[in-house]
Amino acid sequence: MATHSFRATINRPTPDQAQRRPAVKRWLGESPDGWGFVLPAVVIILGLSIVPMIWSLVLSMQSADLVTPARWIGLANYRVLAQDPNFRSAVVHTLVYTGLFVPLSIAGGLGLAIMLNRQVRFIGVYRTMVFVPFVISAAAQGVLFSFIFDAHFGVANAVLSWFGIGPQGFFADGNQALLLLVLIGLWSGIGFCVVVYLAGLQDIQQELIEAAAIDGAGTWGSFRYVVWPALRPITVFLSIWETLQALQLFDLVFVTTRGGPLEATTVIVFFVWNQAFQLFHAGYAAAAAYVLAFGLLVLSLGLRFARRHGHAEGR
Amino acid sequence: MTMQLPGRRPQRRFLPFSAWHLILAPISLLFALPLLWLVVSSLMTNAQINRFPPTIIPDSLHLDGYRYVLRNALFPRWFMNSVIVAGVVVLGNLVFGSLAGYAFARMRFRGSNLVLALMLATLVIPFQITMIPTFLLMKDMGLIDSLGALIVPSLVTPFAVFLLRQFFLSLPREIEEAAWIDGCSRLRTLWVIVMPLARPALGTVAVLTFLATWNDLAWPLIAINNDHNYTLQLGLTTFQGQHRTQWAAVMAGNMITVLPVLLAFLAAQRTFIQSLTSSGVKG
Repeated sequence: MATHSFRATINRPTPDQAQRRPAVKRWLGESPDGWGFVLPAVVIILGLSIVPMIWSLVLSMQSADLVTPARWIGLANYRVLAQDPNFRSAVVHTLVYTGLFVPLSIAGGLGLAIMLNRQVRFIGVYRTMVFVPFVISAAAQGVLFSFIFDAHFGVANAVLSWFGIGPQGFFADGNQALLLLVLIGLWSGIGFCVVVYLAGLQDIQQELIEAAAIDGAGTWGSFRYVVWPALRPITVFLSIWETLQALQLFDLVFVTTRGGPLEATTVIVFFVWNQAFQLFHAGYAAAAAYVLAFGLLVLSLGLRFARRHGHAEGR
Repeated sequence: MTMQLPGRRPQRRFLPFSAWHLILAPISLLFALPLLWLVVSSLMTNAQINRFPPTIIPDSLHLDGYRYVLRNALFPRWFMNSVIVAGVVVLGNLVFGSLAGYAFARMRFRGSNLVLALMLATLVIPFQITMIPTFLLMKDMGLIDSLGALIVPSLVTPFAVFLLRQFFLSLPREIEEAAWIDGCSRLRTLWVIVMPLARPALGTVAVLTFLATWNDLAWPLIAINNDHNYTLQLGLTTFQGQHRTQWAAVMAGNMITVLPVLLAFLAAQRTFIQSLTSSGVKG
């Protein structure tokens, strides 16, 4: 309340002018033209997120194919979903991908950041090379790696043959396809972890590490007791952020495998897209999307909580 | 132990060779190799690519792939579509994001806190639950299958509004108040006084919005059917599906898709990385 009146006096040209303003204007607030400023953003952002979110929830309780009139079926979509072996395997694939991708990108990102956090010649070039795949689109990555891992013309099999390893099926092999997606995800995604960790490492005061060294801490000791605790908020942020990204994997799957071979790489978002836009089961797809969204929401709230917690700890 | 002549400081213009190069060079090469292969194979002929065992270093370089792509596909058109969509979306985010961010930072109006909170809440709504109704909405508006369907939903994002609001809040009020007392309108104050100061934040919004829009595949895939309205990402994906054996042409198309972002990144690397880390860690 106190800040309110304080700000109000600052924004007013003179106090008695404000008193003479008509009631409608007073009701609209201090500077009603503010609405004009925010209107485009409000219409687009709220109109294309809150409205679709509610619409989607309604859809998820309907039997809808986007053409014929929808029929209300309550929670039936969710019940069918719980029994659907295809959805279950999509969930399993998504979790396997996430379970591999997130720890590897965190560990790899931290390891690379520590290696890249030193003053040697060409360090800028090394950092650029590690980060550059991050700006490449998933479509371009998918097309490039489909070529590299092509069972017949691909360069990967040629390289493997130098080491005496026979030709592999790669994306055509149900046991390898998902692992390859993890590998490509790491190739392009690890750079982000590296730059964020590098920023964190450069924020650590050198005195702390020197003090630890004077107290007899070796390389491992100063990492364990100085660097790792200082990077904790970043590790928490990156873990949740990368998990959110991994759970929403779609583009790369679409370009490389279209969910195959034999559904071995069908992840949740691919399942949703396929149900909605290939099979026209819009209601069923919306229900599957809501199951995913619930998981993501829990994680996002965790992120916000962890951030607040991390900030408080940092100060 | 090296002897030091009195009065001479060691010149450290060149850092000594470090054993770390033996680790760092191969690792960073591993990240660069797929992209190098993209460049090299886009300059090979199909005959060179189809040779067995595959050639790693081609004996000659050719532009056949590029020629094929420019003659037999709509790559120039898709390129223009991508430029238009990314350009308008970036501009929209700068303009509408600044207007809204400024109003939320400096102006008090009925409902501003509620609207701000609602907008903040939309940050956690994932694309997957909004995509079906957004498709239906765009269809009702007659925008589906046109570039408008790609532009309108991203014309202003909560990300831009919040980033700019945070930045405006960090500016001192005094300059603006002086302008306001001198009879400058809110809009003019924003345009003349605030925007020039906000260049770093506007740069961050522009860079990250461009990257996200240029690289997007999922929404164009849903919203566009007519191949004349494809973006580069969608065009490349479709082209690859139709030309499974013409790898030289596919890689040439891939180069066209990747090059603008790659050049933009190499030209403004510092801005890119600062934008990412600042919005990621502190945002």
